Amino acid sequence: MTLDVARIRKDFPILERQVRGGQPLVYLDSANTSQKPRQVLDALADFYERHNANIHRATHQLGEEATQAYEGARARLAAFVGAPETAEIVFTKNVTEAINLVAYAMGNASAGGQHGRFSLGPGDEIVITEMEHHSNIVPWQLLCQRTGATLRWFGVTPEGRLDTSAIDDLITERTKLVALVHQSNVLGTINPVRVIADRAHAAGALVLVDAAQSVPHLPVDVTALGADFLGFTSHKMCGPTGIGVLWGRRELLEEMPPFLGGGEMIEQVWMERSTFAPPPHKFEAGTMPIAQAVGLAAAAGYLTETGQDAIRAYEHDLLAHALGTLHQVEGVRILGPAEPVDRGAAISFTVEGVHPHDVSQVLDERGIAVRAGHHCAWPLHRALGIQASTRASFYLYNTRDEVGALAEGIREAQRFFGVVPGSR
Amino acid sequence: MRLESLYQEIILDHYRHPHHSGLREPFDAEVTHVNPVCGDEVTLRVVLKDSDAGPVVADISYDALGCSISQASASVLTDLLIGKPVSEAMNVNDEFLALMQSQGEGEPDEDVLGDAVAFAGVSKYPARIKCALLCWMAWKDATAQAVQAHEAA
Repeated sequence: MTLDVARIRKDFPILERQVRGGQPLVYLDSANTSQKPRQVLDALADFYERHNANIHRATHQLGEEATQAYEGARARLAAFVGAPETAEIVFTKNVTEAINLVAYAMGNASAGGQHGRFSLGPGDEIVITEMEHHSNIVPWQLLCQRTGATLRWFGVTPEGRLDTSAIDDLITERTKLVALVHQSNVLGTINPVRVIADRAHAAGALVLVDAAQSVPHLPVDVTALGADFLGFTSHKMCGPTGIGVLWGRRELLEEMPPFLGGGEMIEQVWMERSTFAPPPHKFEAGTMPIAQAVGLAAAAGYLTETGQDAIRAYEHDLLAHALGTLHQVEGVRILGPAEPVDRGAAISFTVEGVHPHDVSQVLDERGIAVRAGHHCAWPLHRALGIQASTRASFYLYNTRDEVGALAEGIREAQRFFGVVPGSR
Repeated sequence: MRLESLYQEIILDHYRHPHHSGLREPFDAEVTHVNPVCGDEVTLRVVLKDSDAGPVVADISYDALGCSISQASASVLTDLLIGKPVSEAMNVNDEFLALMQSQGEGEPDEDVLGDAVAFAGVSKYPARIKCALLCWMAWKDATAQAVQAHEAA
């Protein structure tokens, strides 16, 4: 199956927009947030127009319909990532909340002292990597501060791959959890999660995978990856903002103490104490983003029907073309793997003599939307010896013409700032 | 083209040939401010001298890493504020802040802001206002610390 991109583009109304004085929008910021197809927008409108009610507690027809739609979304997402059981899908706000959920549950276990494998203290270690998004660094720093555990990390090679040379030293019997990104939001690097997970499991550690940048772009099977927990987010995969998913192995979700307390996550409540609902509801306190769950399920349906393998193949071809095109622009340094091998279609780069913010400004003036800064991966930028970068990220609706527009825009930035490549 | 209204020639000149850059000694106060959005940072030092009219800005030195807007802004700031009484310099700071918050509607007073009037276009770009303000925030912070140190001495 090949991708009919012209037809796909028609599904995304926003791609018809003109920006900055009548120029067609060239949207190369999908790693930040993706655009939404008509099918998802229609699902949201249909839910609000016809089925809107609160779930699990409304004793009327609309309540039943809304509950069915919400729980149906859970089943669809379980199938989407190959979860063995639907109850292993916990809805969260986003990946950040999914990671924090596990981190705070572990903190609660450590304070309570009765949940062996989730409990941390001095001498225990959490292992992350230097290429993590801040959302997979800061929660673990905070957890280590609360419990006295130690944070350690894998480094990154100059090419932008995970440096696994110190794995024997890093993953030991002291390791309680390994948390790593599946696909880097800056480098595009796809990490060998299975290899790391097997080592972690052999050492008795749990494995959490940040799949924010991989689930939107390639078929992900949580069991094949060897993860214990995996987080992904709706808004980067054609779905609405405000909802994400924590997948966790059932026995772990059952054993793990709750994070947020409130309505709907309980079994019984007394004034002194409470008992909790079984997962996933134990982790879904308060009224959840119901319409957004329906929208996310529609997004998963859209990607499935379009064909995840076809999307992956198309993006890989576009990535290879983009890497080749940008290599030909003098003065451009691409961060991350130079070859399109184990690599997704997010390309961060620097332009010699022009600050990333200024590059993105010139691009924006031409209707080209990219991101500039450290992309919430400050430690990675430090490790690469740079302060910031510009990132162009591609998705199923992008074209080779847009790659050309990007390259021409970079040349324009060089002209505007009087930088003659190679002469400095 | 709108790009020229943002990147006025004055701004590009200051960016390419920044005035008063580099860190100098001695100094009364030093601060480092960071723009958490992009990681740009400035380390800025202030020296005050006493006069009959209160403290005067004797020198501002800085080391700035960042985009053209933030670098040029630091250069313009030093041109404007070095030699001014602190009270007057604070007024200039307030005027510049007001200009940045004007969403492109500000009518800057060139007698007060000098070359800084060139930054009027920046106020139309919400993502860039912080770039222009980074060194001004740092200067205000450092100067407040220096004034406090002078009063304590």
